[in-house]
Amino acid sequence: MGLFRMPSLGADMEAGTLVEWLKRPGDTIRRGDIVAVVETQKGAIEVETFQDGVIERLLVAPGTTVPVGTPLATLVGEEAAVSTTTPAMVPVLEIAAAPAASPPQPPAGAPTLASPAARRLAAERGIELAGLAGSGPGGAVRLADVERAAPRRAAGIDLADMRRAITAAMARSKREIPHYYLGSTIDLTNATAWLARTNADRAPEDRLLLAALELKAIALALRRHPRFNGHNVDGDFRPGAGIHVGAAVAIRGGGLAAPAIRDTDTLGLDDLMARLRDLVGRTRAGHLRSSELGDATITVTSLGERGVDSVFGVIYPPQVAIVGFGRPVERPWAVSGRVELRTVVTATLAADHRVSDGHAGALFLAEIDRLLQEPDSL
Amino acid sequence: MTQPLATAEDVRRIVLEALGDIAPDADLAHLDPKADLREATDIDSMDFLNFVTALHRRLGVVVPEADYPQLATLAGMEAYLMARARP
Repeated sequence: MGLFRMPSLGADMEAGTLVEWLKRPGDTIRRGDIVAVVETQKGAIEVETFQDGVIERLLVAPGTTVPVGTPLATLVGEEAAVSTTTPAMVPVLEIAAAPAASPPQPPAGAPTLASPAARRLAAERGIELAGLAGSGPGGAVRLADVERAAPRRAAGIDLADMRRAITAAMARSKREIPHYYLGSTIDLTNATAWLARTNADRAPEDRLLLAALELKAIALALRRHPRFNGHNVDGDFRPGAGIHVGAAVAIRGGGLAAPAIRDTDTLGLDDLMARLRDLVGRTRAGHLRSSELGDATITVTSLGERGVDSVFGVIYPPQVAIVGFGRPVERPWAVSGRVELRTVVTATLAADHRVSDGHAGALFLAEIDRLLQEPDSL
Repeated sequence: MTQPLATAEDVRRIVLEALGDIAPDADLAHLDPKADLREATDIDSMDFLNFVTALHRRLGVVVPEADYPQLATLAGMEAYLMARARP
């Protein structure tokens, strides 16, 4: 028998609120299936399972806040399930199904009835379901009721909550991690010319952004510099099992999340770009998945969009490094004894001195530089 | 036979709708037509790519990257799209 637990979605998370079950007792689940929605400081997160099995019992009701690690459901193996999933098996927790025709209105204080879509949108827009008049059966709140009640917001995220999460993580980082900082100017002329050629005959939906090349270069460089990929847990460096690069995404109105692109080093540029596009969209809408929040083994931040030349990042614990890219600019540059107009960018590295030294960091940045000179190989 | 070009109203409406999807909190009603759009609406290169993708889908206009500078302002964008869009 297995347990499906409240996951840790980042070093700063202590508890989460179960918003919605997407599976019921008797449902077969496979690794990667989304089982539940959990509300955290980073918005409503879709939580995936890491084991195969059949859901036996749900242990926690929607609306309940529980500490990280608390069992939320019990799982059984598929063979066992065949014999135990019988009509006689009564789940401990009954999920409110759509009620039959015109039952009495739920008494005050009872959980509000709502469709999953309505629940999700309400969470997204920060609305209390209990305060809404439902037009569905039994006064159940429907999607349209939420639509009416709430004007569209920038993002489905409580920005004040997110600020608290950022504060906790960054304060811990500055308190615990002895950062060192390096910066290097990288000639991007080859990369931007390659990008312009590649995008020239592509429809907008298939175009690549420079960010995809930068992410891939970092991921490939990490294969040769594994001291920058992983987590530092209680002073112990644990190399990442894969290279999952977190991309810092700014959220409109303030706020930030850095969800991971799993196995970044193995993705082709088109796949990587598609993942990045999807991830940025979902981060801004507040629809991230659990594996994307806890998994990053390094973070990349790019503030060049806002016109700064360089960004010196704060490491997101328990990670051990953050790479920053500034704004690519055209500059007169010395190339093989001549001055040419080249596109250059300042790349920076902030890394954990408990795990690596500046010399290793310099080699890591140099490798990123080398890879960006050969965009064909990315 | 050539279809008539899209009207200025069509183009403006579609542009503002597409921008509204990307920057729902921006005050689009009071956007200065000559202001730098990326700055005024605080959109980044990913947002802009999504915007250009939406223009392709809704107006059938493929904007090459080389033409992005012509889309820097609302006024420039309307002129550019008016010349190419079919309703």
